[in-house]
Amino acid sequence: MGSSMTRGDIENLATDFYGLLESFKHAPLYHISFEIFLVLAVIWLVVFRKPRPIEKKLTEKEKQDLIDEWQPEPLVPSVDPNHPALNVRVLDGIVGKTVEIDGKKSLNFATFNFLNFVGNQRIADKAIQAVQKYGVGSCGPRGFYGTIDIHLELEERLARFFQCEEGIIYSYGFSTIASIIPAYSKRNDILFVDEGVHYAIQKGVEASRSHVKWFRHNDINDLERLLAEQEVLDKKIPKKARSIRRFLIIEGLYVNYGDICPLPRMVELKYKYKYRIFMDESVSFGTIGQAGRGVTEYYSIDRQKIDLISSTLEYAAGSIGGFAVGSSFVVDHQRLSAQGYCFSASLPPLLAAAAIEALNIMEEDNTLLFETIMEKSKRLHKKLLSIKGYIISGDEISPLKHIRLTHAFNTIGRLEEIVQFAQTRDITITVARYLNDEHLLPEPSIRLILNVEMTDEELEFLCAVLQEALVKVTT
Amino acid sequence: MAKSNPHKTEKSLSNIGYTTPVAEHPSLDEVYEDTPFSEAFWTYLNYVLLNIFGWFRDLLRDARIENRKGSAENNPSGFVPLYQSYESFYTRNVYQRIADCFNRPIGSVPGGTLDLVERITEDYNWSFNFTGNKIKSINLGSYNYLGFADNSGQTADNVINSIKTGGIAVASTTQEFGTLTQHRKLESLLAEFLGTEDAITFGMGFATNALNIPSLVGKGCLILSDELNHTSLVLGSRLSSAVIKVYKHNDMNHLERLLRESIVSGQPRTHRPWRKILIIVEGVYSMEGSLCKLPELIELKKKYKAFLYLDEAHSIGAMGSRGRGVVDYWKCDVNDVDILMGTFTKSFAAAGGYIAGKKELIDHIRVTSHATAYATSMSPPVVEQIISVLNLLLDANEEHEGRQRITQLAWNTRYFRQRLRKMGFIVYGHPHSPVVPALLYSPSKIAAFNREMLKRGVAVVTVGFPATPLVLGRVRFCLSASHTKEMLDEVLKHAEEVGDLLNMRKSKLNPKRPFHETES
Repeated sequence: MGSSMTRGDIENLATDFYGLLESFKHAPLYHISFEIFLVLAVIWLVVFRKPRPIEKKLTEKEKQDLIDEWQPEPLVPSVDPNHPALNVRVLDGIVGKTVEIDGKKSLNFATFNFLNFVGNQRIADKAIQAVQKYGVGSCGPRGFYGTIDIHLELEERLARFFQCEEGIIYSYGFSTIASIIPAYSKRNDILFVDEGVHYAIQKGVEASRSHVKWFRHNDINDLERLLAEQEVLDKKIPKKARSIRRFLIIEGLYVNYGDICPLPRMVELKYKYKYRIFMDESVSFGTIGQAGRGVTEYYSIDRQKIDLISSTLEYAAGSIGGFAVGSSFVVDHQRLSAQGYCFSASLPPLLAAAAIEALNIMEEDNTLLFETIMEKSKRLHKKLLSIKGYIISGDEISPLKHIRLTHAFNTIGRLEEIVQFAQTRDITITVARYLNDEHLLPEPSIRLILNVEMTDEELEFLCAVLQEALVKVTT
Repeated sequence: MAKSNPHKTEKSLSNIGYTTPVAEHPSLDEVYEDTPFSEAFWTYLNYVLLNIFGWFRDLLRDARIENRKGSAENNPSGFVPLYQSYESFYTRNVYQRIADCFNRPIGSVPGGTLDLVERITEDYNWSFNFTGNKIKSINLGSYNYLGFADNSGQTADNVINSIKTGGIAVASTTQEFGTLTQHRKLESLLAEFLGTEDAITFGMGFATNALNIPSLVGKGCLILSDELNHTSLVLGSRLSSAVIKVYKHNDMNHLERLLRESIVSGQPRTHRPWRKILIIVEGVYSMEGSLCKLPELIELKKKYKAFLYLDEAHSIGAMGSRGRGVVDYWKCDVNDVDILMGTFTKSFAAAGGYIAGKKELIDHIRVTSHATAYATSMSPPVVEQIISVLNLLLDANEEHEGRQRITQLAWNTRYFRQRLRKMGFIVYGHPHSPVVPALLYSPSKIAAFNREMLKRGVAVVTVGFPATPLVLGRVRFCLSASHTKEMLDEVLKHAEEVGDLLNMRKSKLNPKRPFHETES
């Protein structure tokens, strides 16, 4: 027999246990309930309570230490003193067809002076008259006595020129499209934007906070694909889809590429997929189309089908500012919602007068000026194509072309060398400047701009110089 | 219901420990009288009635009982409506009723007086027709503080010469071929005027803020912005992708609390330390007429190692004994403000904006600004106007035009504000700021004051919601050095009349007195 419990022990245990139960029966109620409560509490503590991390609050001293230790970055990073933006050429006099640099006159293929209105005598005279009547500044935003009768005249003339119902002008070209897009497109709306649009449009798109769908530059198939995808998504949420606005943001003639958008197909798709078209015609105003009315005239599309056309007065019209034209229903909204219009001072009257006179010249001339510029663009295009070693990008009728070297050679350094060399031969051209945070940074290029008053000999000379420069750079 | 203590003068001394020396000349008192209860009540009632009527009229329009005025969509059906109805509810039913008070066209120089182009409406402001008449009025609406808006004189002659020799525009961006010798001259003159190392100019004031703040701050930075900052500053801050925190208007305690909390807790979620902290303030706030508290801001910024961005759109030329803005007014050191920004539209009667500061700052902006890379440079005649005005202002001779105008504006400001207050109007803002808002409260009074003053030959600016808080509609007088004492007296007399008509002169701090008694 080992240490096994004796019968007596078991009996004792049983008795004890029995006694325990008996004692329960006789215990007062409060005692039992208290015991049950303790048991339940133990079970709860063990099973259910998660360990709460003890939050350490910072003491005042620790906060002060953090504040004392914190070191900001310097306000601005250091800048390379050799950056081209810090070493620009400073010019003097009128920057028209020719520009004076270091005392010598050179032919100007660098500034956006398509119709050579910079330095035009008629325009200068009208501007002088405006100064003698209104002074220089308008001293107020459009809402508070900054609307001058000359602004209303300019808006009416622009609307008439484009055969639209209403026009609206802005005091700065960059702010025009950058204020228009956020005025219509809000957080829940969808923007279909071409990848190659220029920076001001990208900023407008960013400011609108809408959903952006980028499609490959000028690739209508890519756009259709995106539209079809969106249609599929819409079918899943039909009620919500009925309150999401859709816009297509394109340029008539792209500044960064020189090519024209495939507008007819885009208009067809507009009626199929029900989006609105906002087209920026900064470069094509005054340069494309029989009467300079832009891409809609070139393709003979009814301008009423484009919801809004925006453009700038700083390129062909030789003044400052921007504008938009369209139906009253669309344009009028901007007068209360476009930030660059409501919260900014209006255009100085002398610049509005200059723009009106530029429109006068364009309308008087009717078609000659525009036929000429399209013709010369075609000729220049042919001549440039004949120079081996350059890649020319841009439509043949576009007065704005991009010139690049063949792939491996195409660096900004080499292009700058070409520009320097051309300057020594009295031709002024420029490397196109971009900021690094563009959505799709274009390849480095020389942006060549045709002035309508350039003669054939001068165009030949330009090509000869470009040819020479090529030889110099690639050897 | 009279308040027990109507004398609530807000002294702008904070308890930070004010050590920057300030001569007794700059004032520290800004008074913001409480809104009388009756005014608040009637204004809210006004809005409720407008809303009810608006809802009722919309019902009539939808049922085609009333003609839907205004233009309609020209796309076929199936397109998502371009505007949400509730967005344009306010425009259709409230704004449209008083639309004749805004966007008034003028036909002359916006000087001390102007010629308003008369227009009439046959269909309650939905469309306007011009009668061909011009109404000559005293101009208290244009931002012409120093009175340089002029179509004759030396400045105008310089501008005309510059058109003949330099053309109207350059049609190229600043980084390419847009820089003329005139631009460089303007920049160096401006740096001399402000007392900074360098300056850079842009063609539009709004764009100066919206396109340059993103070059200075970015992701991982903090922007502390005053409640009442201008839309361009808000847009620039949003485009920069920095975190934005707003502090109560001119409340230095709140700002300090925000600074302390932000530095201690770091960036949201990751708690990494902030890369930079930028405090954005304006010199003179155009709706309140208040000044920023520059000495305290500079102290705060030094204590917490933040950077200060000062937008002097309204104060450059208009404040300070030498016209150099609020820095001059408060007698602070220009080098303490990291980024000085301003516009040329107001005191210089031109167009455009500038940023001034240390050379590294300006070089950085030249390289990275959106405006220098993509926007065309300033128009030469406009540059010439600014150069002429700067030359006049730099001239330290007290007898000459520049100083005369500055003194005249300062005198006009003190005189006008003092008499207006004594007549019983509730006037906001700093006693030395040339922007003088007088409270009207209700939207109907906004329209009535405007129209009544115009009948008497005074052009004023009245503003309501959404530019101001809902209950605090106001008339904002913009004084100019080209206003003579007689013109101001005439305005004050008319304001007295109209003020009585509209029962506006309800100030408890300055019980209403008739005009001729407020001479002292």
